[in-house]
Amino acid sequence: MEKNLALVLLLAPLCGFLFNVFLGKKAGKGIVGIVGTLSILVSFVASMYFFSLIQSTGKPFQVDLFKWITLEKFNVNFSFLLDQLSVLWLMFVTGIGTLIHMYSISYMHDDENMHKFFAYLNLFVFFMITLVMGGNLLILFIGWEGVGLCSYLLIGFWYKNQDYNDAAKKAFIMNRVGDLGLLIGLFILGYLFNTLDYATLKTAILSNSDILSNPLVGIAALCLFIGATGKSAQIPLYTWLPDAMAGPTPVSALIHAATMVTAGIFMVTRMHFVFDLAPYVQDVIAVIGAATAILAASIGLVQNDIKKVLAYSTVSQLGLMFLALGFGAYEVAVFHVITHAFFKACLFLGSGSVIHGLHGEQDMRNMGGLRKAMPITFWTMMISTLAISGIFPLSGFWSKDEILMTAFHGNIVLWVVGSIASIMTAFYMFRLMYLTFFGEFRGTEEQKHHLHESPSLITIPLIILAILAAIGGLISLPGNSWLNHYLAPLLSKGEHAAHHLGTTEYVLMAVATVGALLGIGLAYSKYIKNGEVPPQDSEIKGIAKTLYNKYYVDEAYETLFVNPIYRLSHFFRNYFEVFFSEVVFAFGKIANAIAIQGKSIQNGNIGLYLFAFVLGVSSILIYLFLV
Amino acid sequence: MNVSFILILLLFGTFATYLAGDKFAKTVALFFSLASVAGSIFILNQHNAGIDESFMINWISNPNIYIALKVDGLSLAMLLLTTVLTSLILFSSFGNNYNNSKSFYALVLFMSFAMVGTFLSADAFLYYIFWELALIPIYFIALIWGNGDADERKRAIVKFFIYTLAGSLFMLVAFIYLFQKAGSLLIGDLYAIRLTENEQFWIFAAFFLAYAIKIPIFPFHTWQANTYQMSPSVGTMLLSGIMLKMGLYSVIRWQLPIAPLAAKTYMDIFILLSVIGVVYGSIVALKQRNLKKLLAYSSLAHVGLIAAGAYSLSFDGLRGAVLQMIAHGFVVVGLFFAAEIIERRFQTQEISEMGGIRIQDNKFASMFMIVMLASVALPSTFNFIGEFTLLYSLYNVNIWFAVIAGTTIILGAVYMLKMFQHVMLGEQTDKVFKGITIQESVVFVIIIAVLLFFGLYPKPINDLITPALQDIVTKINKL
Repeated sequence: MEKNLALVLLLAPLCGFLFNVFLGKKAGKGIVGIVGTLSILVSFVASMYFFSLIQSTGKPFQVDLFKWITLEKFNVNFSFLLDQLSVLWLMFVTGIGTLIHMYSISYMHDDENMHKFFAYLNLFVFFMITLVMGGNLLILFIGWEGVGLCSYLLIGFWYKNQDYNDAAKKAFIMNRVGDLGLLIGLFILGYLFNTLDYATLKTAILSNSDILSNPLVGIAALCLFIGATGKSAQIPLYTWLPDAMAGPTPVSALIHAATMVTAGIFMVTRMHFVFDLAPYVQDVIAVIGAATAILAASIGLVQNDIKKVLAYSTVSQLGLMFLALGFGAYEVAVFHVITHAFFKACLFLGSGSVIHGLHGEQDMRNMGGLRKAMPITFWTMMISTLAISGIFPLSGFWSKDEILMTAFHGNIVLWVVGSIASIMTAFYMFRLMYLTFFGEFRGTEEQKHHLHESPSLITIPLIILAILAAIGGLISLPGNSWLNHYLAPLLSKGEHAAHHLGTTEYVLMAVATVGALLGIGLAYSKYIKNGEVPPQDSEIKGIAKTLYNKYYVDEAYETLFVNPIYRLSHFFRNYFEVFFSEVVFAFGKIANAIAIQGKSIQNGNIGLYLFAFVLGVSSILIYLFLV
Repeated sequence: MNVSFILILLLFGTFATYLAGDKFAKTVALFFSLASVAGSIFILNQHNAGIDESFMINWISNPNIYIALKVDGLSLAMLLLTTVLTSLILFSSFGNNYNNSKSFYALVLFMSFAMVGTFLSADAFLYYIFWELALIPIYFIALIWGNGDADERKRAIVKFFIYTLAGSLFMLVAFIYLFQKAGSLLIGDLYAIRLTENEQFWIFAAFFLAYAIKIPIFPFHTWQANTYQMSPSVGTMLLSGIMLKMGLYSVIRWQLPIAPLAAKTYMDIFILLSVIGVVYGSIVALKQRNLKKLLAYSSLAHVGLIAAGAYSLSFDGLRGAVLQMIAHGFVVVGLFFAAEIIERRFQTQEISEMGGIRIQDNKFASMFMIVMLASVALPSTFNFIGEFTLLYSLYNVNIWFAVIAGTTIILGAVYMLKMFQHVMLGEQTDKVFKGITIQESVVFVIIIAVLLFFGLYPKPINDLITPALQDIVTKINKL
C-alpha cells in the first residue's frame, strides 16, 4: 500500500506531463490547467500522508524497484527513500508547486502554448520529486539533470526570442559544469565504498575510521560541492540565475527561487556525513556562501528590473544557506530553505502580478504608486519583504537569525559579512517596494488606465504564501525547535542549532534587527523622503555602474573561458584538421612517387626483365637448398 | 537453422533487390532486412534457451581455413544492432528517390551482409574478407549517390577508401604472422597462442592502425568529417551507426585478447589518444557551420570515449563500451536523420541557413530534441548508462582521464544546444518547413523508444553481453 502510494506521489506529475503533451492542445486551456494542478496536488496529499506516517513511526520508508546500472563492483537500483528529509522537501515542493500551478492557470492563460507550459512545469515537479525521493546518488542525479532540462525548457519558453534562448542555454551549460563535479564526486564515493546508496554509504563511512585519513573523501566532498554551486547558483557558477529570469514569472518563483535552486542544499544535507569528515571543504563552503551572499546582495542594490532584484536576492539568500552548511548547521540551512521558499515564492508571484497588471513592464523606473490599484499584491509582498528583511516575528527573522548566530559562533568575519548582506537585503527589498508601490505612477497613460488587481487565481496563492511567510518561523523557534527535533534522527550533529537563549543571542537578535531597520531607513530616506528615481542606464556612474554591470563577471568569463575555447576551436579547425589531412595525403604521394619509380623499371627492356628473373630464381634456389 | 542463415538471407536479399527493379527495390530490401531482424531475434531466443547456433565448416583445407560463425552475447548484440539499424535506415530513406535505386538498395543490403559477417566471424581469414567487403558498397554508395561537388566528393571518398584499406593491410600482415604461429586462424586458436611481449607489441600495433582509422581515433580521423558530409544520409547513417562499431567491436574481440600484454603495457597511451579525441572532437564541433560535419565531430568525441573505455581493459570499460556502441548507433542515426529531414526541405546543410523550424513543426522539434538530449547523455536515456559506465571505468584507471573525458558532458551540451538553437529556434524565416510525414515520425518514435526503454531498463542487454564479456576479460587477464 505504501509502496503504491509512493509511486503515485512520484508518477502523478509525470502523468500530468504526458496528458498535457499529448492531449493538452485538444483538451483546451481549462482542462490543461486543472489536470496540471491536480496532478501536483495528488503528490502533495501523498506527501502529507508520508509525513504523518514518519511522524508517527519515525522510520524511513524505502522502495526498491529494479536494477538499473550494473557495475563490476556494485549495482545501482531504482530505489526511493522517504525519510524525514525527503518528505519535508516533498511537502514544500509539491505544496508550493500546487499554488504556483494554480497561479499559472491565470497567468499563462493568454499564451497560445499554455499546454506546453503546464507540461514542462509538471515534468519539472516530477524530476524534482525524483531528485528528492531518490534512494541513491544516481537517482538524485536523474532528477538533478532533469530539473536542469526543465529549467532550460522553461527559461527558453518563448523560444522565438534568441536572447531568451541564450539565457536558457547558459543555464544548462553552467549547470553541466557543476554536474561534472558532482559526477566525479560520485565516482570517488563509488570507488571508495562500492555503493551509492545513502543508507549504505552512511553506515560504511561512520563505521570506517580509517577513512578519515583518506584525502579522497575531502576531494569527493569538494566535487559534490562544485555540483551544488552550479545548481544553487553560488560563486563561481551563479551568473546563469539572473539571466534565467527570461522565463515566465511562475517559473522564476517555482524553479529559480523556491525549489530547484535549493537542490544543492538538499544534496549537501543528504550527504552531510561526507562533509562532516572534510572540515577544509566546510570552510570553503562557508566562505563561498558568505562571499556569494554579499556579492549578489550588492549587485541587487542597483538593479532596476524587478525580477533581477529578486534573482540577485535569491542568489544572496542561497549564499546565506551555504554559510550555515559550512558550519555544519544543516538544520539551520534547511530552515532557511523553507522560509525562503515561502517569502521568495510570494515575492516572485507578486512581481508577476505587477508585471501582469502592467502588461509586461518589468522596469521599476516605470512603476510606482501601485499600492492602491493592487492592494492584495501590495500587502502580501509587504509581508514577505518584511520577512526577508528579518523583521520580528516573521519567518525570515528566525531563520536568518539562526544563520547569523551560527556564523557568529563559528567565525566573526563571516558573521560581519553575512550581517552586511542582510542590511543590504533590507535596503534593496524596500527600494523595490518603494519604487513599485509608493510615490506616483511613472508608466504610460495607457498602462495607468488599465491598472487593476489580479484575479483571484493569482491573489489566493499570494495570500497563502504571505501567511506562510509570516508564520513559517514557528517550525523552528530558538530553544524549542520542532524542526531540529524532527531532523535529529538523520543529522548526527543535531545539537548545533539548539542554542540556549542567553545574553549573546538576545544581543545578536537586537543587532540584526537594528541592521534591518537601518537598511529600511536608508531606503526610506532615499526613495520616499527624497523621492529619488534610479537614473537611466547611461547616467549610472561610479561604483553604481560597476554594480549595475554585475562587476563585469559575465564579460570576464567571456574573455577567460568562452573566447579562448572558441579560438582554440577555430585554430583546430583551420590548422590541425588541415595538417592531419595533409599528412595522410603525403603518405599517398609518397606511395605515388614510388610507383612512378617502379613504372620506369617496367620500360620494356627484355634484358632487365631477364636479369631480374634470373636473380629471383637463384634467390629461391639458394633459399631452398641452403637455408 | 543456424546463424549462417542470416548471412544467406541478406546475400539472397541483395540479389533479389537488384532483380526487383527500381520500382520495388526499396520494399524488397526492407522486407529482407526485416526478415534478418526476425532471424536475429530467433537466434537470440535460441541463445537464451541455451541452444548454440554457431556454425563451422572447413572451407579450405590447406591452409586451414574455416567458415566459422560464432554466436555469443557480444556478437548477438552486434547482430541485432546491425539488422535493426539497417532496417531503420532503409525505412528512413523511403522519402527519397534515388537514381538506379535497385543498385542503391542492393548495395545497402550487401553492406548489411558484410557487416553482419564481420561481427559473426570466428575465423580471422573470413573476418578479414567481410571486413574489407564492407568497404566496397559504402564506397559506391558515397561516390555515386553522395552530395556536393563531384570532384571534391571523389577526392574525399577515395581518400576514405584508400586510407581505411591501407590500415587494414597491416591487420592482414598480423594475421599472416599469427597463422604461421598457430597453424590456424580460428579465433580460439589465436587466443591460445603465447606470444612474447615484443611480438604482441607489433601485432597490437598492426591491429591498432586498422581499428584506429576505422573507429576513428584521433589523429586518424581526417577521412571522417568530409565522408560523412558528402555521403547520402543513408551512407552516413550506415557508416556512423554501424560500420565504425566494426572497429570498436574488433578491439574487444580480436585486438585485446590476442595481445593482452601489449594492451596492458601501453594502456595509458591508447586511453590518452582516445581521450584526446573526445576533447578534440568536441572542441572542433563548436565551430562547425555544416550540420552534418558538426554531427561527425560529435561522433568522433563519442566514439573516442567508447574506445577509451575499451582500452581501460576493465569489465566496466568493456561493458560500457558495448552499451554505448548500441546507444550511440541509435542516437547517431536519429541525429543524421534529423539533418536529412531538414535537408529534404531546405536543400542545405549549412546551419546559418536554418532556424525558425520549431515554430513551424513542434512535433519534429520535440523529437529532434529528445534525440539530441540522449546524445548529450541526459540521465534516463540509454546514452547516460553508457557514458556513466565508461567514465567510471576511466576513473578507475586515473581520475584525470575521467575529468578530461568528462568535459564532453559540458562541451557536448555547448555545441549541441548551440546547434539546436540556430537550427530549430528563433523567429520563422522565409523558408517554409513542411511538417514531417508519418513515415519520418515512425523512425523517430522507434529510436526514442529504444533510447528511453534501455535508458531505464538496460538489464536485457546487460544480461546478454555479460557472459561473453566475462570470457574476454578473463582472457585479457590470463597472462
